[in-house]
Amino acid sequence: MHSILAVDDSASMRQMVAFTLKNAGFDVVEAVDGQDALEKAGTRDFSLVLTDQNMPRMDGLSLTRRLRESPRYRNVPILVLTTESSDEMKQAGRAAGATGWMVKPFDPARLIEVIGKVIR
Amino acid sequence: MSRTAPGPAGAAGIDLGQFHQIFFEEAGENLERMEQLLLALDVAAADDEDLNAIFRCAHSIKGGAATFGFDDVAELTHELETLLDRLRRHELAPAPPMVDVMLASGDALAAQLARHQAGGQGARVDTAALIAELRALAGGHAPAAAAARAAPAASASVVTATSPPVTPAADAPHSVVRQLELIVGPLAQPARADAIAELFAEIEGLGTIEPIDGGQAADGMRRFKVLTTSSDAELIDLFSFHVSREEVRLLPFGPGYGFHPDAPGAPPLQPEPAGFGFFDDAPGAPPALPSPAVERTTDPAPPAGSLAAPARTERIAPAAEAATLRVSVDKVDQLINLVGELVITQAVLAQTSRGLDHALQQQLGAGLADLERNTRDLQEAVMSIRMIPMSGVFNRFPRMLRDLAGKLGKKVELVTHGEATELDKGLIEKITDPLTHLVRNACDHGIELPAERVARGKPEHGTITLVASHQGGSVVIEVRDDGRGLNRAKLLAKARERGLDAPDSLSDAEVWALIFAPGFSTAEVVTDVSGRGVGMDVVKRNIAALNGTVEIDSAEGHGMTVRVRLPLTLAIMDGMSVGVGDECYIVPLASVVESFQVGPGLIRTVGGSARVVEVRDEFMPVLALDALFGVPRTGAPAGQPIMVVVEADGGRVALLVDELIGQQQVVVKNLEANYRRVDDVSGATILGDGRVALILDIASLVRRSRH
Repeated sequence: MHSILAVDDSASMRQMVAFTLKNAGFDVVEAVDGQDALEKAGTRDFSLVLTDQNMPRMDGLSLTRRLRESPRYRNVPILVLTTESSDEMKQAGRAAGATGWMVKPFDPARLIEVIGKVIR
Repeated sequence: MSRTAPGPAGAAGIDLGQFHQIFFEEAGENLERMEQLLLALDVAAADDEDLNAIFRCAHSIKGGAATFGFDDVAELTHELETLLDRLRRHELAPAPPMVDVMLASGDALAAQLARHQAGGQGARVDTAALIAELRALAGGHAPAAAAARAAPAASASVVTATSPPVTPAADAPHSVVRQLELIVGPLAQPARADAIAELFAEIEGLGTIEPIDGGQAADGMRRFKVLTTSSDAELIDLFSFHVSREEVRLLPFGPGYGFHPDAPGAPPLQPEPAGFGFFDDAPGAPPALPSPAVERTTDPAPPAGSLAAPARTERIAPAAEAATLRVSVDKVDQLINLVGELVITQAVLAQTSRGLDHALQQQLGAGLADLERNTRDLQEAVMSIRMIPMSGVFNRFPRMLRDLAGKLGKKVELVTHGEATELDKGLIEKITDPLTHLVRNACDHGIELPAERVARGKPEHGTITLVASHQGGSVVIEVRDDGRGLNRAKLLAKARERGLDAPDSLSDAEVWALIFAPGFSTAEVVTDVSGRGVGMDVVKRNIAALNGTVEIDSAEGHGMTVRVRLPLTLAIMDGMSVGVGDECYIVPLASVVESFQVGPGLIRTVGGSARVVEVRDEFMPVLALDALFGVPRTGAPAGQPIMVVVEADGGRVALLVDELIGQQQVVVKNLEANYRRVDDVSGATILGDGRVALILDIASLVRRSRH
């Protein structure tokens, strides 16, 4: 079973994402911010990291950069969730090493659709 | 575009309603935090971290609101976020009017959320004026744009938090054609989605709508592409003719996601047009890739990680919620209840073992002692789950005082200590109103106007101090002010005017206590802030209802301190058990004044049936519990009867009982929830021997004695 690390400081978003992913048959580990995610990423392997951008302590792009520094996460897909689809944001994501982006709000079906493209 | 999910399992329409409650709680916390941060914001030298934190609050609410379909909340937070984003990027300088408008926006958001939480009934909160102001403020560096909108920046500079001037809503959103994706469902009758589309198409000038799912919905959701200049709110109002608001969602049209070419894990790019192609879904065709979803950029992608700046060390935010768990209060209460049962069982066992012969008792003894200790620890641990810090209550006062002081033309500073002091959740809810009243009083009646303070040689700023602390088994909350204090002579005169017995010989404490008399107000000017008359007596009654006490300390010209003492929890109480016939009753220890044996001739009958007892030259009504509760008597009471003098609501009554059994902590069981309301009884408990004892409602008994 594929494991996904879902990172968001908002409990409601985190629950929604986790519920949707679990419903679709994925194993999900939740983290409340980049720092928490980094610690959890060190304990096991994930097939995908799905992270919010704006979070306290460590944001999504910093998390992405830190994960890419580790050989374990060099090739793992990392999707960044943002509320704006600005080019500036996309370029920042690209520079940080993110695999792709997804605009919030999204609906559960869309989330599963996108994840299906990178996890096979 | 195909919309079937290629994931491991199809994501059938997931009911987002199940996440609403947690969103409301979270949004409430974010609003509270935003308000605190705004109030603490030093406009002249705003801290970057604070601005970021405020931004994050608005941002987080917006993200959730948009996801869960609360479009009005998302719309207002979007404007708020825009202004905050410019502030944190230093594109605008913070100014006091911004704080006012943002605080007012916070209030409006709270109202919007409350409305959604109540099921969306009633009129929508009108935020047109606020949105216009937020836009004007956010456009501060582009005066032309701001002037073109309805509210010029100048008008924004005079707004107050309580009454933002009404400015016409900006018309910006109506001039732009937007491409939206409309998602409807899951619907029991999919035909209703078509009814929406027909309705939309019928209205001239609204725009265009076309299905993007071929009229099919694999996951129970129907999807349409909508081109319109109308706002989300207007569209949803329209659609609500056919489907409920919760069944409709509007999202920006487009894939809403993308992959960076060559990034780790990205799906392979669609090849450049090469003179050949596949028909979608044709036998043998490779899976199609949505071309618009792929971000094509010309600059070479840097190898991942090579550009990574040395990781910034982020400031550690307080209280990450990683290690916390949200559970419903009901579950905790159930746990507390079960532990209560366990405590009783343990007491029954201990009592039973005493009746056993010595050898058996010895064998059981060690085990029973362990059980007792563990039960006690378990009870404390479980009780602590319901304990929440006082900060929840204290945090509401900065905003209240800011508004209040502004209204009264006073300058007030609030200092709080001991916000981390924990108190039972039930008590916190019930103490909030009395405390609010005390703080209002301190600001309204205590603190003098700035000029008067300066004339008295005091600093212009008055200070109100809130202190919470644990003292023994109680929590003590103090409300102190450095205002004018109480005037002994004035209080005594006022008391006599009202026909109260107030000799000059009263001690200071007794004089101060006069303000708890019903209808007693020493304010020379009645203001709309603290109201007229109703005041301290209500505060005292509410606190007494929580088994708490309140006392006052004051020095004229130097201020006043109100000290509220509360039990840690409502679930356990110190009680005095008294025997009447074969029954046992519990008297809350906090209300017991004294007890004594009744000598012959002490009880007198007045007015035919009413009985009074004389205690140190004072006559007190007597209530015989056996008569009151109809306790059966098999014979005359063994010894001399005993009087227990109790006090509540400023009145005293002497309870006539057969014997004093002892003092003990009792676990309070709600009678109403398990049986029904019983007059003069506030609850019940189970004694060590397994018998049920009723807990007396002293306030009710005192009221009874007055009639």
